[in-house]
Amino acid sequence: MVVFSRSPIHSVLYAIMTFFCLSGHYFLLNAQFLAVVNIIVYAGAIMVLFLFVIMFLNMKEDQKDLMPNLTKIAAAIVAGTLFVILFGAYRKSQVGMYDPRSYNSQTGMVESLGQILFRDYLLPFELASILFLIAMVGAVMLGKRELGERHF
Amino acid sequence: MNTNYLPSGFLPIVVQFVLALGFIVVTMIVTHNIGPSRKGKVKDDPFECGIEVVGDARTPISVKYFLVAILFVLFDVEVIFMYPWAVNFKKLGMFGFVEMVLFMSLLLAGFYYIIRKGVLKWEE
Amino acid sequence: MELVPFIIKSIIILVIFGLTLLIAMYSTYGERKVAGFIQDRLGPDRAGPWGLLQPLADAGKMFFKEDFIPAQANKWLFIAGPCVAMLTALMASAVIPFGDTIIYDGVEVAVQAVEANVGILYIFGIVSLGVYGLMIGGWASNNKFSLLGAIRAASQNISYEVAMGMSIVAIIMISESLSIGDIVAQQHGGNWNIWYQPLGFIIFLTCAFAECNRTPFDLPECETELVGGYHTEYSSMKLGFYLFAEYINMFVSSAVISALYFGGYNYPGMDWVAGALTDAFGTVAGHNVATLIGTAVFFGKSLFGVFFYMWVRWTLPRFRYDQLMNLGWKALIPLAMFNIVVTGLAVIFIEPALTAMLK
Repeated sequence: MVVFSRSPIHSVLYAIMTFFCLSGHYFLLNAQFLAVVNIIVYAGAIMVLFLFVIMFLNMKEDQKDLMPNLTKIAAAIVAGTLFVILFGAYRKSQVGMYDPRSYNSQTGMVESLGQILFRDYLLPFELASILFLIAMVGAVMLGKRELGERHF
Repeated sequence: MNTNYLPSGFLPIVVQFVLALGFIVVTMIVTHNIGPSRKGKVKDDPFECGIEVVGDARTPISVKYFLVAILFVLFDVEVIFMYPWAVNFKKLGMFGFVEMVLFMSLLLAGFYYIIRKGVLKWEE
Repeated sequence: MELVPFIIKSIIILVIFGLTLLIAMYSTYGERKVAGFIQDRLGPDRAGPWGLLQPLADAGKMFFKEDFIPAQANKWLFIAGPCVAMLTALMASAVIPFGDTIIYDGVEVAVQAVEANVGILYIFGIVSLGVYGLMIGGWASNNKFSLLGAIRAASQNISYEVAMGMSIVAIIMISESLSIGDIVAQQHGGNWNIWYQPLGFIIFLTCAFAECNRTPFDLPECETELVGGYHTEYSSMKLGFYLFAEYINMFVSSAVISALYFGGYNYPGMDWVAGALTDAFGTVAGHNVATLIGTAVFFGKSLFGVFFYMWVRWTLPRFRYDQLMNLGWKALIPLAMFNIVVTGLAVIFIEPALTAMLK
């Protein structure tokens, strides 16, 4: 549905639904924090940005079917190759086994997640903050350039 | 206090969702069929205080709104990072506190940069 | 989940659902009465005694109005807008603990639809989805006023969401849980969070006003500039849904505020009341009656919150847009961060000292 919709707005809305389904899977895996964060960040923040951009940019109805055939064929080949690679990787991989006796069903809870994130994965966490800083600077730089061209 | 959470605990949300959706759909159908319906060319135009409609409403807007949206995504993710930290705050103690102060100072540096660059200046 | 708790939970959901709708309906009446009182008028007084049937009359009128869809609008999105707004408003109440537990047939069930480990984040997520209703509706009507209203609504909501999330972080640091049930249970008696988090409370309250698009933050729909904002083109029950969703959001956010900062169903002297009731009615019935009193207290607090919303609406004028954005980004976010740091210092240094002193 995301791919087949004619209008980009409908595509975004179907993408939001997809994220909800994904969250449902997280809930079934008992990873509640991940599920809700998925809704907040993807459905609540990133898709709002997408919707913003698509809704308020110049989007003319007649520009839709102007894709040349070459583009379509190239897209089909790339997507097909990707699918084959993914399928190959999937066949090679083995699902990790778990021991039902020692399995802790509360692994996905936020408490244990925080323990691991802030003890064992401390450096990646701090690096992530630097990444945010870079992203902010980048957004400002890119946004600044267009300033003054058009507003209201 | 409950310490064991299972997915089946979320079953009532489905009940609430069905209830809410049912209420909305029924109301929509009823109100659509119950009211009068008269159509006319001028009436179907968008409302602009009686002035003739000029052009399409979907025009480009100021880039500031996009910047606000992008910054929101970044800050939102940072806030999300704070939740697991806050839950474990007392267990992590001083160590965790220093960690988060470092994180927040980097965040504030970016924030300061944004304000200096005038991205959030709406007055002009 | 076993069948008996599930059925009880379903009944609880049904009751709360009905109550939410009823409260939202009568909030419209209440708002006009409060407005009348503040402006030294009478307010609605024709339909029924003291105008009590006014909301019913309004609902009937809304239903019988023409369901109008503009020719240039995107039809399905135009319909979907108010539906999404209403759906998010109705779903948010699922994790709020409206009371302690009810014992039925030896099974103890919390008066709460879902006891989620991540309750507060669930509300946060639903709130962040609320913006879709406004954006879709405003964009689909293909009207300049609606579009401006939708942009304003979207950027206002997302700006204040950040500060809101940060003010909640401080609460979680104290209570060490994301579950609203746990947070409320820790504020037993008069040990409410507002005593520890006055600054956080003010930030949260401001953000709640902004998220509900209430005055002084009702720029998305301000009549003087944008006719009706994002719902300019709407009529009939679709308009009703937008207005209704606003009132439901008001009630739910007051409920969240009273759960997070005012102790939810806790009130001073509750242990004494519960003890007296168990003595009078026996363990099970007494416990249940005590829970019901707690629920009534909770609703009282939430309704006071709704009244506070109205009070502010008829007291403060509307902000200008740059003032709104400046307040959100340059004042509330740094304040919320400062609040987190202060709370952290207090928890690390002052709390052990105080506990040692009191021993």
